[in-house]
Amino acid sequence: MAERLLIDGNEAIARGAIYGDCKYFFGYPITPQNEIPEFMSRELPKIGGVYVQSESEAASVYMVYVGALAGARVMTSTSSPGFSLMQEGISYIAEAEVPAVIVNVMRMGPGIGTGGQHGQTDYRQVTKGGGHGAYHCIVLAPYSSQECFDYMQLAFHLADKYRVLVLVLTDFIIGRMAEVVELRKLGFEPLPEKDWALKGKAFKGGRRRCYVSAAFSYGGVPPRYYQHMAEVYQKIRDTEVRYETYRDEDAVLLLLAYGSSARMAKRAADMARAEGCRVGLFRPVTLWPFPEDALCQAARRVGKVLVVEDSPGELVEDVKFAVQGKVPVHLLGIWGRYTPQGDIMTGGSGIIYPEKILQEIRGLI
Amino acid sequence: MTEETVTREKLWGRPKLRVPIPFSFFCPGCHYGIIVRLICEVLEELGVEGRAIGLAGVGCSFGPFPVSIDIDFTSCPHGRAPAMATAIKRIYPENVVFTVQGDGDLGAIGLGCFMNALIRGEKLTTIFLNNACYGTTGGQMAPTTLMGMKTTTTPEGRDPRTTGFPLHAAELVATMRGVAYSARCTVHSPANFRRARKALKTAFHKQIDGIGYGFVEFLSACPINWRLSPPDCIKFISEKMIAEYPLGEFKNVDVIELPEEWR
Repeated sequence: MAERLLIDGNEAIARGAIYGDCKYFFGYPITPQNEIPEFMSRELPKIGGVYVQSESEAASVYMVYVGALAGARVMTSTSSPGFSLMQEGISYIAEAEVPAVIVNVMRMGPGIGTGGQHGQTDYRQVTKGGGHGAYHCIVLAPYSSQECFDYMQLAFHLADKYRVLVLVLTDFIIGRMAEVVELRKLGFEPLPEKDWALKGKAFKGGRRRCYVSAAFSYGGVPPRYYQHMAEVYQKIRDTEVRYETYRDEDAVLLLLAYGSSARMAKRAADMARAEGCRVGLFRPVTLWPFPEDALCQAARRVGKVLVVEDSPGELVEDVKFAVQGKVPVHLLGIWGRYTPQGDIMTGGSGIIYPEKILQEIRGLI
Repeated sequence: MTEETVTREKLWGRPKLRVPIPFSFFCPGCHYGIIVRLICEVLEELGVEGRAIGLAGVGCSFGPFPVSIDIDFTSCPHGRAPAMATAIKRIYPENVVFTVQGDGDLGAIGLGCFMNALIRGEKLTTIFLNNACYGTTGGQMAPTTLMGMKTTTTPEGRDPRTTGFPLHAAELVATMRGVAYSARCTVHSPANFRRARKALKTAFHKQIDGIGYGFVEFLSACPINWRLSPPDCIKFISEKMIAEYPLGEFKNVDVIELPEEWR
């Protein structure tokens, strides 16, 4: 049996990356993800890897970009403001079709936000792309330390399989909450060799690689690039949609949540069931590709949807789009937080407790 | 200086690494073509073409340099080449990694990236192309524009009271402790071309021998944006550019000094 450890989501991300054969990490400190670079700076040199602390997120994203272009499994991690700084580089990674993994441990709010507060306010930016040029990244949203560990391995596999950037989206609660994790190595199908990698032509039989831009890569005809990318994205939509359902078979209300909110929602569903209210949960695991079809079917079967997210309402947009107006969609957003002091300086950050969700459920049934 | 045998092939021939392209990417009188040739010759002489990786910044080097030199090469987003070169060099320490950057790329948008690569003491080589303006975008003022020099964004000439003073990159680089070599050259005459080749070779050697950062700044003509004929550009370099930017080596060490406990 695999070793079991009590670790938080951030450490699980770092350990999962190493289990996913990632040996190179380029990062810049930002709360609340510092456990990841700290772990990597300690552990990577021991296995012949490299940790580089860059001068900014804008630099680390390019280190990741070219490390991926050089054919290595590379990653970085950051939190919301740092993720915004990376948008330019993410656009370049998408353009160059190189496989890499970036972790965003969300904190709350636009601008500097709050380093010490939880939030899920990057959903739209992460799933729709904050950079220029109409690209997509696969987005995985773990909701436990074990999933953090497993999905990092999956992320590196999917990145290499499709030559895309994979974003792993967690939040303050998932990142800093400790759970028992089974350190298991996941098996995946074999991958093609990276014969396109930039590592010196002598290492590729004298055949050189010259990369200037996607426009040059497809005969200087941009529509051909987009046509190619559309095919890649369609293949991902057809094969990589992931989601989890919980007690939804006979439900009359379907909760919809991802990440830490899904944990609250799951507990609320159990509490409602104990009261005799038939409530289920639908949890998207891939936020892109979004499980539209599965959600639409489940929502139409159940008849009513309550979205729970620690945000003013971003996930809810995708849900409304998926159900096509056929099912009423309700939102319990960030205002559903319990804030004992009601003010940030006295520690009244708050979270959406299962009790609050239950209250909302009672109002809807 | 050792005597060089000048053969017809050497003068008119094409270096092996120079990709035969039936046209020039560069404007008439631009020195970039000469610098491309110089890089090809130096990489060939060092015998490192198989493990060389080039990274070109945004500017007139962006597409032309990668396409023209037959080694693994990538273009970089504006100013980020030193960060990207850092990653490749750290992942493949046996490779010979260099950046080619213009004055806007290195001196303006990418100065932070560049300085931090120097601070980290990376074992890289940077070729800095200083033509005192933004060539690709139409000759706007760069950090390297000479005082009084007219550009499209300094129509009355660069005024140091409002736009500051020219950036002296080679001298600045020489002050950094992780740097093994820093020099400024030109290719506007055969003698200078030979000196530049020696400087570039030395800068690459500092990386190959694992000593430290190697930096070579080239003063380069931009006839279109300077609004000068190619011969007048050469005159401008020898009279005006060199007066502001003196040529020579500013640092050349074979060992980076370390405090005792780190030796």
